[in-house]
Amino acid sequence: MRQSFIARNPSILVFLLCLAVFTLAVTLMSHAMGAGLISTSFVKTLGKTLCLCLVAIAMDLVWGYCGILSLGHFAFFGLGGYMIGMWLMYARTEIIVAESLANAAIPPTPQEVVDAIGSQIFGVVGSSDFPPIWHFAHSLPAQLALVVLVPGLLALVFGWLAFRSRVTGVYLSILTQAMTLALSLYLFQNESGLRGNNGLSGLQNLPGVSASQDWVSLWFLWGSALALGLGYVLCAWVVSGKFGSVIRGIRDDEARVRFLGYSVEGYKLFIFTFTAIIAAVAGALYYPQAGIINPGEIAPIASIYLAVWVAIGGRGRLYGAVIGAALVSLVSTWFTGGMVPSLPLGFYTVDWVDWWLVLLGLSFVLVTLFAPKGIGGLVDLVGARVIPDRHGADYGPDKGSLREEEGRK
Amino acid sequence: MLNRLLPAVAMALCLLAPANRGAAQETIQPLLQEQSELLLESSRRTIQPAIDAIAASGLPQVPAVLETWAARDMWQRVEDGAFFRAERNEDRSYTLHDFDTGESFGPYDKDALEQLKPNSGIQALIGAALVRFQLSDPDPATRAGALDNIDRNGEASHLEPLAASIEGEDDPVLRARKERLLTLLTIRFSTDKAERVAAIESVAGSLDVAVRATLNPLVATTLAAGTELPEGRNIARELRPGSEALPRLQAYELLVSEGLAPKLVTSAALRAMLAEHIEGGAVAGVPLERLSAPAARREAFAGLVEAGLVEPAATEEDIDASLAAHVFYQTYAEPDAGVTAAAEEALSSIDLKVGVNQFLDLGLDALSLGSIYFLAAIGLAITFGVMGVINMAHGEFIMMGAYTGYVLQQVIPDYTVSILLAIPLAFAVTFAAGVAMERLVIRWLYSRPLETLLATFGVSIALQQLAKNIFGTQARPLTAPDWLNGSWVVNDIVGISYIRIAIFVLALIFLGLFLFMMKKTRLGLETRAVTQNPKMAASMGINPDRVNMLTFGLGSGIAGIAGVAIGLYAQVTSEIGQQYIVQSFMTVVVGGVGNIWGTLLGATMIGFLQKGIEWFNPSNTLAAQTYMIVFIIIFIQFRPRGIIALKGRAAGD
Repeated sequence: MRQSFIARNPSILVFLLCLAVFTLAVTLMSHAMGAGLISTSFVKTLGKTLCLCLVAIAMDLVWGYCGILSLGHFAFFGLGGYMIGMWLMYARTEIIVAESLANAAIPPTPQEVVDAIGSQIFGVVGSSDFPPIWHFAHSLPAQLALVVLVPGLLALVFGWLAFRSRVTGVYLSILTQAMTLALSLYLFQNESGLRGNNGLSGLQNLPGVSASQDWVSLWFLWGSALALGLGYVLCAWVVSGKFGSVIRGIRDDEARVRFLGYSVEGYKLFIFTFTAIIAAVAGALYYPQAGIINPGEIAPIASIYLAVWVAIGGRGRLYGAVIGAALVSLVSTWFTGGMVPSLPLGFYTVDWVDWWLVLLGLSFVLVTLFAPKGIGGLVDLVGARVIPDRHGADYGPDKGSLREEEGRK
Repeated sequence: MLNRLLPAVAMALCLLAPANRGAAQETIQPLLQEQSELLLESSRRTIQPAIDAIAASGLPQVPAVLETWAARDMWQRVEDGAFFRAERNEDRSYTLHDFDTGESFGPYDKDALEQLKPNSGIQALIGAALVRFQLSDPDPATRAGALDNIDRNGEASHLEPLAASIEGEDDPVLRARKERLLTLLTIRFSTDKAERVAAIESVAGSLDVAVRATLNPLVATTLAAGTELPEGRNIARELRPGSEALPRLQAYELLVSEGLAPKLVTSAALRAMLAEHIEGGAVAGVPLERLSAPAARREAFAGLVEAGLVEPAATEEDIDASLAAHVFYQTYAEPDAGVTAAAEEALSSIDLKVGVNQFLDLGLDALSLGSIYFLAAIGLAITFGVMGVINMAHGEFIMMGAYTGYVLQQVIPDYTVSILLAIPLAFAVTFAAGVAMERLVIRWLYSRPLETLLATFGVSIALQQLAKNIFGTQARPLTAPDWLNGSWVVNDIVGISYIRIAIFVLALIFLGLFLFMMKKTRLGLETRAVTQNPKMAASMGINPDRVNMLTFGLGSGIAGIAGVAIGLYAQVTSEIGQQYIVQSFMTVVVGGVGNIWGTLLGATMIGFLQKGIEWFNPSNTLAAQTYMIVFIIIFIQFRPRGIIALKGRAAGD
């Protein structure tokens, strides 16, 4: 008998429950509610972490389930941030310009308003004209559509080119990394029309909103939690049925799936584009909380870190990605923020701001070597999972396929 | 006939000249007395006639007098006003020397004398006058100094002495310099048109920067407008308003600035004018709130014009009419059309040659960039290309090599010795690091290339941070020895620094080394066997563990040596490896995995491509890198296995 979707995936309920409790707890302890147990900046950090969890889920879907180690998903994340950032910056500058022009003797023409906004925004790169890519910046619905369309189209075109010529495994990883590098180098130029290395700033101020940052941070936390919950359910649904079986099959033995008559390229392209869109949505929620976006955020190393989170949390299980992203990014903030006391060794004092990356790098090597299941693997100690028995053989010969010790209890 | 006559006539003139002036003019002192007033006034504005008079006297004492004067050694004796060269004695008194007889007087007390103190402006004028004497000075250094002087601030008066001095010049280098300078001075100052044109034609195709600097002012044009083309001006070309060279509005602005047409009212000026005439919430009857529309603003302005409050502005028809009524032309500053035509022709031939040479220079640059990429990638060609291991810490091995060189330079101050020692030491250090990493990490992940990528990335960030903790974030210099400084210069445009040549040679050496190792040594044979089929190789008695360890160590060691070379060329920071890692992987992938010739081709292609794109947009290297990567991504579409793809069993799957 066919069980219901939820019944087959009890982890969804557990996850949603945890998310709801977490959100409620943060809300109650926040400044906006009067309790003031958690500072507003920490609420923002937690909201940002939720966004990072969402992009980690996307990464898990494309890598852990489909076997494509993409080193470009943080580029889609950044693109989403840029798209929403353009509207935020335009709309906010428009308000400022309107205020300053309101005192003029002669009311301004629409062209004069646009020119003034242009010189405000592009003054830092020595220009005052709006580049063509800002054509829709005045309209929120258009930019929201672009959040999905631009990264989605980029992923579609890139994925189509790459999968069509059957670039797989590490070559695909290097190619996606090259794409990320090209994008970030392009954005670093002033001619790109997105303010070069200055990036877009002041994104934390929502135009037309007079509420304090205490409330704004809370709204974004709710929004991020909602997006994470929806994204989790959606991804779980995608990987649960026959479709999920096919993409896991592609991970473990691509050639065999192809010979069974499935269009491997089509499945891969769908997953690649779908996860790029999720990443972009996460980015669009992340950067208004961060307040600033610049091309450095898109650098290839960010995408590798994303893979690191997923690997530490545990590939091939969605909650693993969430655990990895939340844990590593929060611990990272904790260590690099100088909140960890230094470790005196007598002859040398270990200052964790300097040594944290060394620790992270080494712990990452250790996790890869000794705990291929990641932190999420701990869950298997509690709950039972039906594991296929391969009698000592790996699940498939392909580069991304699971090894037996990763699948077994 | 004439040739033989001229020297004779010149000689006769020389003999006659002093006789003409008479016995009274044999000495220079009277002349100095004549100019005494100007000399003492010592003002840059009035001194020129005095200098000219002294220089034109033709007396043999003139150079000595001018040099003494410029060196501030010329003093006047107060009692009779005579000028002498003064020499300071130990007891602060002065001994005077007569310019004409060399006779000495004195010692004199300082109070009895008056020093001439020419300022730097006057000294420059004296220097210019001296040049003609120095040009024939017996000392080559003085002649060279005079030529330097002409080079810096040549003037028309130099032309004649310079031409005269060439005949007697026996130093071939100085003679060539003199001839070159004479040509340039002729182009600039000669009054004889035929001579100038001939001189201009003789420099056509020269790559000398000074030639271009001389010719460019000749063809410099200024844009002007008038009702008709002026007579007697050297007009370069007539321009049509609205063409690409002269946009319509720019043409009209020119007319405005020359007072030939009424002003245009810009939108900002219109706004200001309207703001001045606000009356009771309206401008000329148009209410203020409507003025946010451009049409309403024009209406209000028309109203103001009608009321006579403001000047009327030019309309579109006015602009067209004034443009049609005037001609626009560019005139040369140089009045002679023949000279400018010759100069234009010479410049275009120079431009062509400059273009060809720039292309050559770019080719050299591209080759050197390609060899840097090759050097950075050759280690990867072994670890990634042959063994199939993705080593993200490869860049950090390059960094370790560079820091090894830096540390060695701190210990051994002699740069030559330290660089020569740094190469084997860097190899040893990174070889050891590579072997350690292979033993501890990579060995467990041979069947899992994606996880190798992540594990080595962990090592990479740890090593990078470690380097930052030890050496700090600021760039450390790796100084090249003196014999590597400087560059090989072909001409003014084509040139390449010795360091780049050294890197190129190093890349070639490593190519040879790699080929030798892979094809001729036992280790190479075993490596190829193990990478093709480890189980079969093991059953043939090869120890795959040992071979993998050594091969990986070798690849890492070469990365260390590449680090020393790259460190010489770029600053050593903890991020030096990061800059090359993606490009190195691209090089290997584009070239074709598992084939060193492919890596070579890939590096060359990427180098040429990047420089080629930079050529179109030289100011923007970021754009060049962006487009290059996009090109590579598209290239992979057509040759997914690289330029040289392995076939058959060697390809593995």
